[in-house]
Amino acid sequence: MSSFFAMGGYAFYVWSSYGAALLILGGIAIFSMARARQASRRLEELKRAAPHRRRREEAADGA
Amino acid sequence: MHRFANPARFQRLASIILPWSDVLTAGLLVSGLYFALFASPADYQQGETVRIMYIHVPAAWMAMFTYSVMAAASAASLIWKHPLADVAARAAAPIGAGFTAIALITGMLWGEPMWGTWWVWDARLTSVLILFFLYLGYMALVNAIENPAAAARAGAILALVGFVNIPIIKFSVDWWNTLHQPASVIKMGGPSIAPSMLLPLVLMALGFHFYFVSVLLRRMRSELDLARVRALEDAIALNSEEAAA
Amino acid sequence: MTRTLFALIKRDLNLAWRQGGGALLGTVFFAVAVVLFPLGVGPEPNTLARIAAGVLWVAALLAAVVSLDRLFEADHDDGSLDGLALLPLPFSLVVAAKCLAHWLASLLPVVIISPFLGLMMRLEGDALGALVLALLLGTPGLSFIGAIGAALAVGLRRAGALLSLLVLPLYIPALIFGVAAVEAARMGLDPAPHLMLLFGATLFAVVIGTAAATAALKFDLE
Repeated sequence: MSSFFAMGGYAFYVWSSYGAALLILGGIAIFSMARARQASRRLEELKRAAPHRRRREEAADGA
Repeated sequence: MHRFANPARFQRLASIILPWSDVLTAGLLVSGLYFALFASPADYQQGETVRIMYIHVPAAWMAMFTYSVMAAASAASLIWKHPLADVAARAAAPIGAGFTAIALITGMLWGEPMWGTWWVWDARLTSVLILFFLYLGYMALVNAIENPAAAARAGAILALVGFVNIPIIKFSVDWWNTLHQPASVIKMGGPSIAPSMLLPLVLMALGFHFYFVSVLLRRMRSELDLARVRALEDAIALNSEEAAA
Repeated sequence: MTRTLFALIKRDLNLAWRQGGGALLGTVFFAVAVVLFPLGVGPEPNTLARIAAGVLWVAALLAAVVSLDRLFEADHDDGSLDGLALLPLPFSLVVAAKCLAHWLASLLPVVIISPFLGLMMRLEGDALGALVLALLLGTPGLSFIGAIGAALAVGLRRAGALLSLLVLPLYIPALIFGVAAVEAARMGLDPAPHLMLLFGATLFAVVIGTAAATAALKFDLE
């Protein structure tokens, strides 16, 4: 097991590569999901706040 | 094509695709990592560092692939005035920049043990670096323009200009490289790659593609939601102004 | 049609000269930037000759970028761009004429003073000739590619830094072929293949720059 983590002496290079990829891809994914959730929550709020517009919006969506 | 231009239809389509692409991303990346880290041999020349390739090469592919997607979406936006195409191009850019950054970082981490230096002005690394600047320029331009329609149009033109220039930039960098580089650099990958190495490479590449789909759809969703939020906020502001008048 | 175009170029040149010598500012920038290098790396003749081509070309690219913001900005601000769009000739020709005027006003002076700065950088004989020829063949492309950035960033606050990020990566082929031509001449080789590639890049820049800048400005006018 420890030889696996040692990566033949190249542990730093191999694990930094995988770590950097995880950090960047994970970061983009989490940030994008958070933004999507925030945007849809804000949209629901506004729809509730302006109910008279709601019907027209939905009619437009269905068209 | 315009069949999918309708945001509501897109949202429905996205909710059908997303669970599948999420599962495929996770499955492919987990199995890809298993083969990349455990079930593949070390290279006889590069030793264990060859495992960096399973991140580096697919990320470099994705960097190019994402720019092509952006260019195709930009063309669709300019030619057919397809509203979702704008959103797609804009949503893809940060993902592409992320893959490009991964390709650069892993390239450096691979270069140090293999070439004895963190950075080599090798033609491929240099081209990827320039691609990174093209992504940054696109994102800076689109974010600098406030009017969404103007931003979409400017972004689409810039993405297409970048795309048609990429072959010329690539050619010039190769030309420059042959003038300056003694051909001592170890060839990355190479055409004759062992099947045991090809499998993790393909799995990781496919995983990255489905990751791209998942994140792109989520980003497009939030762009569309935010556009409607802006519209509703404007309407509310207008209503309250009318009420006050 | 040709007369209108000539009139247009003349108008742009007049404007460039009248704005307090604004056109020459890029050229002065070029000279100062080049002069900084001997002060930075030291006056050793071989070192200077070795880096001369790269330094002069990079300085020329930067001089092009700093002069770009004037390309469409003034006409956009005072609304004369709308008038130009109404001229009885294709708008793309108007854009191309403006790019040409930009080259004449801002980059041709750079080409003209380049042999003096080349001499100061210890370039001699064929290498100096190749430098001037390369700049002459390559810099028009900088105006046309730059026009894309200038058209996209028109009307934006703090367009300067954005412009350099948009345009400089697209200048890389001109830089590579231009420097390669001078280096070839310095080594006693034939610079012609590099010059031909450079000119090819310029022709491509003329086509793509005119088309993209026209498309970008048209939306701005709508």
